Amino acid sequence: MSEVSRPELSRREPALRKLSRRKLITTGIAAAAGVTGLGVAARMAQKYGLVPPDHGGIWGLGETLTYASQRMLTRHSLAREFTRDQISKPPFANELAPPSEEFKRLQAGRFADWRLSINGMVARPASFSLDQLKSYPSHSQITMLQCEEGWSYIAEWIGVPLSQILQAVEVHPRAKYVVYFSIEPDWWDSIDMADALHPQTFLAYGLNGDELPVGNGGPLRLRVPRQIGYKSVKFITHLTVTDNLKTFGKGLGSASPEGGYAWYAGI
Amino acid sequence: MRVTHWITALCFLALLVSGGEIVISHPRFYWGETGNDLTSTLFKLPIPASRKLVPTGYGYVLPDQNGWSRYLHFQSAWIVVLTGLLYIISGLVTGHFRKNLFPDKSDRSWQAFSTAIASHLRFERPSEAEALSYNLLQRLAYLFVILVLFPLVIWTGLAMSPAFVSAIPAAVNVLGGQQSARTLHFFVSLALVLFLLVHVGMVWFAGFWNRMRAMITGRAASAEMERT
Repeated sequence: MSEVSRPELSRREPALRKLSRRKLITTGIAAAAGVTGLGVAARMAQKYGLVPPDHGGIWGLGETLTYASQRMLTRHSLAREFTRDQISKPPFANELAPPSEEFKRLQAGRFADWRLSINGMVARPASFSLDQLKSYPSHSQITMLQCEEGWSYIAEWIGVPLSQILQAVEVHPRAKYVVYFSIEPDWWDSIDMADALHPQTFLAYGLNGDELPVGNGGPLRLRVPRQIGYKSVKFITHLTVTDNLKTFGKGLGSASPEGGYAWYAGI
Repeated sequence: MRVTHWITALCFLALLVSGGEIVISHPRFYWGETGNDLTSTLFKLPIPASRKLVPTGYGYVLPDQNGWSRYLHFQSAWIVVLTGLLYIISGLVTGHFRKNLFPDKSDRSWQAFSTAIASHLRFERPSEAEALSYNLLQRLAYLFVILVLFPLVIWTGLAMSPAFVSAIPAAVNVLGGQQSARTLHFFVSLALVLFLLVHVGMVWFAGFWNRMRAMITGRAASAEMERT
């Protein structure tokens, strides 16, 4: 078949050939610049605390981008608050694993012996009863709890901002994370100081004007409204302030990444 | 330019699989701010769930793969967004949008549009010049995907993020609430799947191997070259 009858093709061929070398060089330079840029970005991110503890492995890229960008965007932003008539009716409580013997014992005593202990990088390690926590000025917020599964509800959460308790025990200025533990085994998580000192991060003991029901994490739940529900761990008994998450569990920052879920869940 | 297409294709498949996996953990959809097992739904998918609390009417629970699905979903989302930015920038710089995607001046009329639809419905073979470029309907479909569906699916996705909307509450408020954003995210994804099916169907119809060669190498063989 003669080329003459194919004017479009004959015009296209030389252009393609001419382009290839120049294209190769520019692509090479762009790739090199990209890799260097990534390297610099990674170092900057490390310096400004924008790298999540579960940054290793194949999902590290996505997790680091999400955490770094949201941390820059949301350092001081407040979770949306709702009006009283937007509170979900009927109140919703997710399914619970069967409680441990220790929980049942404390529940039988109406949680009078429930303690929250705090240690780590604090000047005065302490232990609080529920009544002691309630003696701090109580705060409330009407915020949404969103589960990673897709459902959600809005409730009024009553409690003491975690920042007040951290202030009371005097957190070391170089502290980076607060690790929190449930009374139930293998249930623990951690947040960075931006979330720990955030005014809406509560040690919650009340819901919709009442005691916090066991189904919603009572008697004490850490409420982190700018992240997905699983970061709001139920039945809190212990906090540790630290600058290094490597020594906890498998070093991924919480039980969630060990179970396959992201440490940072602002999504 | 063509590399961005294939990265996007790969990411879209990853997003589709992982998104489907996330949906089956709660295959119920709502409108407004909140929704859960105790509230009424907008609609339910007629499938079992991967979590046993969800009342689906089925007696069994699907395997739960939400963990890696979520990691994969967000990682693919990042890659597709960054690739999309690269595509937009290079498309503007090289004139790809102007030359190949925005309809030619002569085609910017209702008459040209209806002629194109009519000839499309009659399954007319494209002219040689048309075969080497995108036709009017193709251009409009691609522009709709690039300028409407992709931005919408990113927006509705971000509107579900409690952290993102704490900084930019309007992103979710104008959609009518977080559950509305989730429902819209589902429908926009369905629209993208529909586009994918038609797109692949059209490639098939146009001669699979020739089109594939063009999509990968950028060179199209004419029908007559094919025969020689």
